[in-house]
Amino acid sequence: MAEKMTGAEMVIQALADQGVEHIFGYPGGAALPIYDAMFQQDQVQHILVRHEQGATHMAEGYARSTGKPGVVLVTSGPGATNAVTGLTDALMDSIPLVCITAQVPTTLIGTDGFQECDTVGITRSCTKHNYLVKNVNDLPRVLHEAFHIATTGRPGPVVIDIPKDIQFAVGEYYKPEIETLRHASYRPQVDGDLKAIEAAVDLMLKAERPIFYTGGGVINAGPEASENLRELAELTGFPVTSTLMGLGAFPASDPQWMGMLGMHGTYEANMAMHDCDVMINIGARFDDRITGRIDAFSPNSRKIHVDIDPSSINKIIRVDVPIVGDCNRVLEEMIRIWRSKTNQPRTEAIAPWWKQVEKWRAVGSLNFKNSDTVIKPQWAIQRLYEATKKQSKEVYITTEVGQHQMWAAQHFHFDKPNHWMTSGGLGTMGYGLPAAVGVQVAHPDALVIDIAGEASVQMTMQELSTAVQYRLPIKIFILNNERMGMVRQWQDLLHGSRYAHSYSESLPDFVKLAEAYGGKGIRCENPAELDAAIAEMLDYDGPVLFDVIVEKDENCLPMIPSGKPHNEIILPDTANLGSIIDEKGRALV
Amino acid sequence: MNAHLQPTGSAYFLTQETQQTERHTLSVLVDNEPGILARVVGLFSARGYNIESLTVSETEHGRRLSRITVVVIATPKTLVQIKLQLERLVPVHRVHDLTAEGNYVERELALIKVKGTGDHRAETLRLAEAFRAHIIDATVESFVFEVTGKPDKIDSFIALMSPLGLVEVVRTGLAAIGRGAEGM
Repeated sequence: MAEKMTGAEMVIQALADQGVEHIFGYPGGAALPIYDAMFQQDQVQHILVRHEQGATHMAEGYARSTGKPGVVLVTSGPGATNAVTGLTDALMDSIPLVCITAQVPTTLIGTDGFQECDTVGITRSCTKHNYLVKNVNDLPRVLHEAFHIATTGRPGPVVIDIPKDIQFAVGEYYKPEIETLRHASYRPQVDGDLKAIEAAVDLMLKAERPIFYTGGGVINAGPEASENLRELAELTGFPVTSTLMGLGAFPASDPQWMGMLGMHGTYEANMAMHDCDVMINIGARFDDRITGRIDAFSPNSRKIHVDIDPSSINKIIRVDVPIVGDCNRVLEEMIRIWRSKTNQPRTEAIAPWWKQVEKWRAVGSLNFKNSDTVIKPQWAIQRLYEATKKQSKEVYITTEVGQHQMWAAQHFHFDKPNHWMTSGGLGTMGYGLPAAVGVQVAHPDALVIDIAGEASVQMTMQELSTAVQYRLPIKIFILNNERMGMVRQWQDLLHGSRYAHSYSESLPDFVKLAEAYGGKGIRCENPAELDAAIAEMLDYDGPVLFDVIVEKDENCLPMIPSGKPHNEIILPDTANLGSIIDEKGRALV
Repeated sequence: MNAHLQPTGSAYFLTQETQQTERHTLSVLVDNEPGILARVVGLFSARGYNIESLTVSETEHGRRLSRITVVVIATPKTLVQIKLQLERLVPVHRVHDLTAEGNYVERELALIKVKGTGDHRAETLRLAEAFRAHIIDATVESFVFEVTGKPDKIDSFIALMSPLGLVEVVRTGLAAIGRGAEGM
C-alpha cells in the first residue's frame, strides 16, 4: 500500500516497519527534517549520544547482545566522519548496523558546502554496502534493502546517505517484499555443500587428535547455532576452543572447553591447535592473532573450514574441506550425518589425545602470582566474575582494548552466546563504555559491566553522560595501572623497555569525574577491600565508575609473540621478555 | 592446469602453492549504479592488487548492467581471492576468470597519431596496411590510425611507428568475451 509522505517520514516509517525500537544518534543541520519527523511519533526511541563514535559502538553493543541490527542516525560532514571508526569496527567484527547519515542538499553536493563530506566515498571501504539517495522514490527500497543486506549473509554495516532536500521531498512510501530486493546480485549462500559436509564428517570420524576451533560466526548464526555446537561437541567428544569473538558459544563450564586460543590464549588450546590431526573451524577466519606464524600453523592437520563468506576460505590458511554456509545450517547437517553413521562419541579413539590435553592443561597457563598488598588485575577480574555469578540478573560484559580485554577473556567465563561484547578485529580503544550503554538500552534489567583500562576508557568517557541521562546503570570496572599496558608490554618485548608515551600522566580523579557526570565513583587499591567494593558497585542502582588501582607492570600471559608458532608460546614463569623476539618478529604487529 | 582455481564447492582441491604470478583476464557483470567503478577500483587498491587494464561500459541498457573487463597479474592464490572479493560486492552479479576458464577471445582498440613526410610517410602507410589499421584522420604531415587486435599486436604496431614519427597513443583497454554459444 503506497502512502504519500516526506523522505524524513519514510525513514521513521521504515524503521518502525523493520521493528526498530531504539536508535542512537546526534542531530545536526542536515539531519533536522528526520529529527522533526521523529519528534512527532513514539514508535522509535532515540538515544542522544555525546559523540557519533559512541553512537556506532552503542549500536554494536545493542546488535551483538540482541542479534538484531543496531541503528545509527548522524548528521552530514563531521557527524558522518565521526561514525567511521565504529563502522569499520562493525565491518571487521561482522556486526549488523544500519547507519543513516544526513547529507547537504543535492544542489550543494560537490560544492564544498558547509558540513559537506563525501560520505559514500569515505565509507565505501568500511561498510558492507552504502547508498547515496538522490530520488525520494528510491528511499523506501533503499531503507529496507539496507536492513536486508546488513543482517543477512555475513552481517555488516550499511550506510544510507540522505541529502536534506530528499528528506523534505514527498514521495510514495511502500514496504517492498523481501524477494524483490537485490535478488540478482546479492544472494548469500547459507546451505553448505552436502558432499563437503560429508567429507568433513568422514574426517571427523577418523580423527585421533581433533579440535573444534570456533569463532564469531557461531554467535552471528543465532542462539540455535550455539545449541548445535554444544550438541555436536557432545556427540563427538572433541575438545573445543574459540576465538575472542566466539566466547560464549560453547560453555566455559563444560569439561570439553579448553579456553580461548590465539596470541593470549591458553597453552592447552594453542598446543592442541598445533598438534591436532583434524581441525574443525566453524565461523572463524584464521586471523593473524590466531595463526601466529603461517608456515608453522598446525602443520600436520587436515583442516575443515565452515564460513558464510567464501572469501574467508583459503585467504590465509589453505584448508582441505571448505564449506561455504551458515554455521547453524552446517552444524545441523554435521549432527545429522554424524548420527547416521554412529551413535558413539570417539571417546576411546581420542583418549590418548585427551590425556595429552590434560597434561597441557595442568601447566596452568593462566596462573599468576597473587599479592596481599597490591591488586592483581587478573585477580580483580576473577573476583568480579565470582561476584556476578551470585547475581540473579543476566550479566553482559563489554571491554575496551588492551591487557584488561585479554585478562577479561581469560578470567571471566561465559556460558551463553551474546553476553560478551568486545572489539576484536579492529581493536578499538573506547569501544566498551558506549557498547555497554547500547547493551543496557536493549536489556534494561540486566547487569552490564564494561571491563576497562584507564587509557581506553578516556577515549569515549563522555558517553557516561548518556548513561546518566537515560538512567542506564552500567558499571565501568577500570583496571587502572596508569599504563597503556599492552603497549608497555610490547615495548618490553620489542623495544628495550623504552616506554615511549605508554604511561598515563595527569589522570583524572575517576571518583570525582563520576560524580561530576552524576554517577557514582568508587576507588579501591587494597586487595582486602576489593570484594566489598565490588559488592558496593553491584548494589548501586545507577552508573558506576569503579577505579581499581592494580599492579602497574603486570604482563598479559601466556603470549605467542609475533613471528612465532603456537608451540613457542611464552608462559607466565618467563622472566625476561626482552630476549624472546628476533629481528624479523619486531617488524610484525 | 587451473584445478586450484576451482570455487569452494568441492572438497580436496589443494595443489602445490606457487608464488609465480600469472596474467588473468576477468569479466565482471555489475549493476550500473553510481560509484560501482569506485567500488571495484577501491577494492583493488585497498587489498593491494594490481590492475593491468580496465575497461568498463554499460552493456545492457534496459537492465542497467555494465560489463567490466579487468586484467590482473597475481599468484593463483591471490587470483582466487580477487574473484571472491569482487563477488562479495553487493552490486556484482558474476565474476568469470576467462583465463582460467580457457576459451575466450580478447581485443583492444588503439588510436595512434604519427607525424612524418616523404619516405617515412610512405613506410608508415605500408605498415599500417599490413596491420589492417584504418586511417581516421589525415593531414599533409600526419595520420591518426585506428588499430584493433590483441594487445601484443597493438604493442608491435606502436613499436614500429616509434621511429617513424609516433606522436601519441590512446588505448581502450581490453575487451574480452567467452567463445561459443553460452553467455555469461
